[in-house]
Amino acid sequence: MPESPYMTKVSAPLAGTAASAPFPSSARRHWRLKSFARDRGALVATLFLLAVTLAVILAPVLSPYTAAEADNLARYAAMGMPGHLLGTDQQGRDMLARLLYGGRVSLIVGVVPTVVAGMIGLALGMLAGFFRGLADQIIMRCLDVIFAFPMVLLAIAIAGAMRPGVLTEVIAITVVLIPYFARLARTATDGVLPMPFIEAARAGGGSSLTILLRYVLPNVFSPVVVYATTLMGLMIVVGSGLSFLGLGVQPPTADWGAMVAEGRVVLRKAPHVTVLPGILILVVSLAFNFVGDGIRDALDPRTIRR
Amino acid sequence: MGAFLGKRLLGVLPVILGVSIVIFLLVQLAPGDTATVLLGPQATEAAKAQLRHALGLDQPLLVQYFRWLGRTLTGDFGTSIATQIPVIDLVLPRFLNTLILTAASLLLAIVLGYGVGFLAALKANSLFDRVATSVTLMAGSAPPFWLGLVLVLVFSINLGWFPVSGMEDFAGDGGRFDLLHHLVLPAITTALGPAAIIARIVRSCILDALGKAHVRVARSKGLRWSALMQRHVILNALPPIITITGLQLGYLLGGALLTEVVFAWPGLGSLLYDSITARDLPVLQAATLLIALAFVLANIAVDAINAMLDPRLREA
Repeated sequence: MPESPYMTKVSAPLAGTAASAPFPSSARRHWRLKSFARDRGALVATLFLLAVTLAVILAPVLSPYTAAEADNLARYAAMGMPGHLLGTDQQGRDMLARLLYGGRVSLIVGVVPTVVAGMIGLALGMLAGFFRGLADQIIMRCLDVIFAFPMVLLAIAIAGAMRPGVLTEVIAITVVLIPYFARLARTATDGVLPMPFIEAARAGGGSSLTILLRYVLPNVFSPVVVYATTLMGLMIVVGSGLSFLGLGVQPPTADWGAMVAEGRVVLRKAPHVTVLPGILILVVSLAFNFVGDGIRDALDPRTIRR
Repeated sequence: MGAFLGKRLLGVLPVILGVSIVIFLLVQLAPGDTATVLLGPQATEAAKAQLRHALGLDQPLLVQYFRWLGRTLTGDFGTSIATQIPVIDLVLPRFLNTLILTAASLLLAIVLGYGVGFLAALKANSLFDRVATSVTLMAGSAPPFWLGLVLVLVFSINLGWFPVSGMEDFAGDGGRFDLLHHLVLPAITTALGPAAIIARIVRSCILDALGKAHVRVARSKGLRWSALMQRHVILNALPPIITITGLQLGYLLGGALLTEVVFAWPGLGSLLYDSITARDLPVLQAATLLIALAFVLANIAVDAINAMLDPRLREA
């Protein structure tokens, strides 16, 4: 096997272990679920993320105010003021309402690009690893170019050239994420192909498509899912960074990153306008990391918890 | 070593060519017609066509690319749309300021990350280790632009220790101390995230090396602690640590761009921000290109350092 340059720098969670269990039986799946549930950090993080998701969906029920509703008599209200549990901002808008409605955009920007890039990267990486040759060369060379940019820089440049908006943010982040998934999927595919069950499938006359979908995909899928969960945390931070620069959702709507930017102006007078959305970004991102670690440990036979 | 570097530099040329294509194509992403943007909505069709011809915008994309590449290679990045100043004059001084910030942040991230990670590994499962683990987890997830604002709130607004923004005190006479004074908060803001990740890796690499058989043998021989650490533990743990440190460069550069905006640090990040707000695409392109080039070269430097430490890598 020729040594490829991208193999050497791959940090592939589970790339080696995924192939060791090609067909998860229902008993094994059950054991994994139990192992995940026993990981208290991951469990709490999962429940927290579910609660946050539910809260932003139920924003109209939970808050009597909308995100754009300004109460001029109650500007700069501090936290704990009656009627405004988390205070108000410089325009007298209720912080709790803005955080809830803003969370919708922030979660979308963190989750959607990761899922889309995960699927595209998975397909590209599997094709490159399976067919090798020219397709492999072209795909991986193109991805090398994207790797040559610091991730945030390229996302800023792409979003900056386009018209600001949520879709722009989603596209920019998706583009910069694809190579990370493709590289992982390619390495994992490399790990699966020498397995005896692939040889058996080939000998049995299975077509390339059948082998890819039935035997390679299930083994490449789990490391990609683990990686995606971990990346979602980082993408909440990156996405809020783009919004902070004004490249995302436009006023009066705001996501958490844009709220931090708006609060900057009144940092001295009303620090909670800046501090609160930032704490949410941090905690949600942290929770995604815990869930990602939990899934990885549950899938990895090397870290058996009894 | 020279041959190694030469090979790496040669190998990176196609990547740099690809980078230039991506940056050229950025302009194609921009909504609206360039001639209309430059001349305003009231311009006549004839005037727009004339400008398009003068700028070569009526040529096929491939011809446009090679013309742009030719100019860029000679250091001609065009003229800023917003300020009418040659882009190169805008970009170069800013580039130096970004280098100052990133170099300081990298140094800080290395000192903090290596120090905390090493101590945490030596005192594994102690109170220090547990506190360090929690703090690094939080710092690794905190958005850098927000962290910067919180630092400003605490150390500039409440305590008054450091200036809120900028790179020098206009009232004072400048000098190195003034620069350092302005550098402290931006550098900490940029460094904390990468430092947290480095600390976690250093901890696990050192713990890993401490558990190796040859370390146990060296210890049972009665080797002095400092020699044991230097020769057997640190040297063995170093290659993965340096690789991870290198991987943080991208994160650090990206963070520095946002930090610059928070602290109005006059570097490429704040220039990038201004160019986006003013839809000044030539400046956006030049700033992106310079940062990407610096990143590529920095990665080669990391590989070279690793090759110096680990002779096995030089053969590859």
